[in-house]
Amino acid sequence: MDFLRPTTWAEALEARAAFPGAVAIAGGTDVMVGINFGRLRPASLLDLTRVAGLQEWGTEDGAVRLGAGVSYARVIGELGDRLPGLAMAARTIGSPQIRNRGTVAGNLATASPAGDAHPALLAADAEVEVASVRGTRRMPVRDFYTGVKRTALAPDELIAAVSVVPPSGPQQFSKIGTRNAMVVSVAAFGLALHPDRRAVGTGIGSAAPTPRRAPAAEEFLAGELTSAGLWESRAELPEATAARFGELVAAAAAPIDDVRGTARYRVHALSVIARRALTWAWADYRNDPAKEI
Amino acid sequence: MRLTCTVNGASQQVDDVWEGESLLYVLRERMGLPGSKNACEQGECGSCTVYLDGLPVCACLVAAGQAEGRQVGTVEGLAGAAALSPVQQAFLDAGAVQCGFCTPGLLVATHDLLTRSGRPSDPEIREALAGNLCRCTGYEKILDAVRLAAERMSEPGAHR
Repeated sequence: MDFLRPTTWAEALEARAAFPGAVAIAGGTDVMVGINFGRLRPASLLDLTRVAGLQEWGTEDGAVRLGAGVSYARVIGELGDRLPGLAMAARTIGSPQIRNRGTVAGNLATASPAGDAHPALLAADAEVEVASVRGTRRMPVRDFYTGVKRTALAPDELIAAVSVVPPSGPQQFSKIGTRNAMVVSVAAFGLALHPDRRAVGTGIGSAAPTPRRAPAAEEFLAGELTSAGLWESRAELPEATAARFGELVAAAAAPIDDVRGTARYRVHALSVIARRALTWAWADYRNDPAKEI
Repeated sequence: MRLTCTVNGASQQVDDVWEGESLLYVLRERMGLPGSKNACEQGECGSCTVYLDGLPVCACLVAAGQAEGRQVGTVEGLAGAAALSPVQQAFLDAGAVQCGFCTPGLLVATHDLLTRSGRPSDPEIREALAGNLCRCTGYEKILDAVRLAAERMSEPGAHR
């Protein structure tokens, strides 16, 4: 096994192209588990923790550009106000030790349907920036997931960054698991209300082969909020609307039975956590009349 | 490969490190520092918690080469020359140690918590220690120990 340690992004991309059998490693919270248990024996490890600039975030065209090496702990500590949905999801991930190492880009690269960053990224219309020696391209995060633990990354590409536009309205995240810490989600849900464009964003985790949105639920809720004038009035949300939204989110799922829960339970749980997340987000929206839209 | 890093303030160099090896293996098997415990090897239990450049991490999830040139702090570095650290002493005094396997990780995680937050609330303590499993104590004595250490460390002139 080789241990490759590029110190610049250009070197990292060259190494990625030159060593097709290399596995990229940042926080190691997935890769090292595979190696420790003998399930992963890559020809080489491509360590990204020394790549200059990858550990940084900044603002670009109104969006927060999160370098691939930024840890969950830093998303929580430094971006909780600008990226509330992602920070909420990050707070539920693993443990302090895991959050000090694990990264949003690592969650994307592993592309487990249970990765907790995905619902928040989907709801917020995040973009993934990937690069190779051939160039850089960006795609909506919903196009990034192509199958169970499969992504749109080409073999010579690395994730450079994730871009998320700070929201114009409230965001929420909710997940079900057997305890608070160190749990693989049984079902997870991310919600973003976008009052500036009268739209709703959703993300479902652990309940389909890939993280996915619930387009029918998004359209239903945005339509209800618009037709009832609720975006402007910020009046109480009818209970029936919240319940129907939960049902439509659950209907978008395609879960399986596994050791953590049954498909039937996941569908039910999703309808509940989606309704709750909407109730919380709407309460946030009603309590924040200062934010003119 | 050769690995050079600073462990508990002293420069360490070891050879013939396998590239897929974890920092935990290097510490225990190559550097003679078996304080950090090897249990789950998947970041679930926290018994291998060490400082890496000042942040508590699971040593089992750090590839050895990622520690090159970095500062590592293990449980062996907590005690002073003359006395245990206040965190270690509090764990002894509160009866927070039973089989002891989880203790090194809990000591490092607690040391980190009390370095950042002088008098943490119970929810803060629970959150900070959420990545450290103990199968003996039921955690009550551990919480007692953290509160005791926090109290002693916040006294004027206390050493940390």
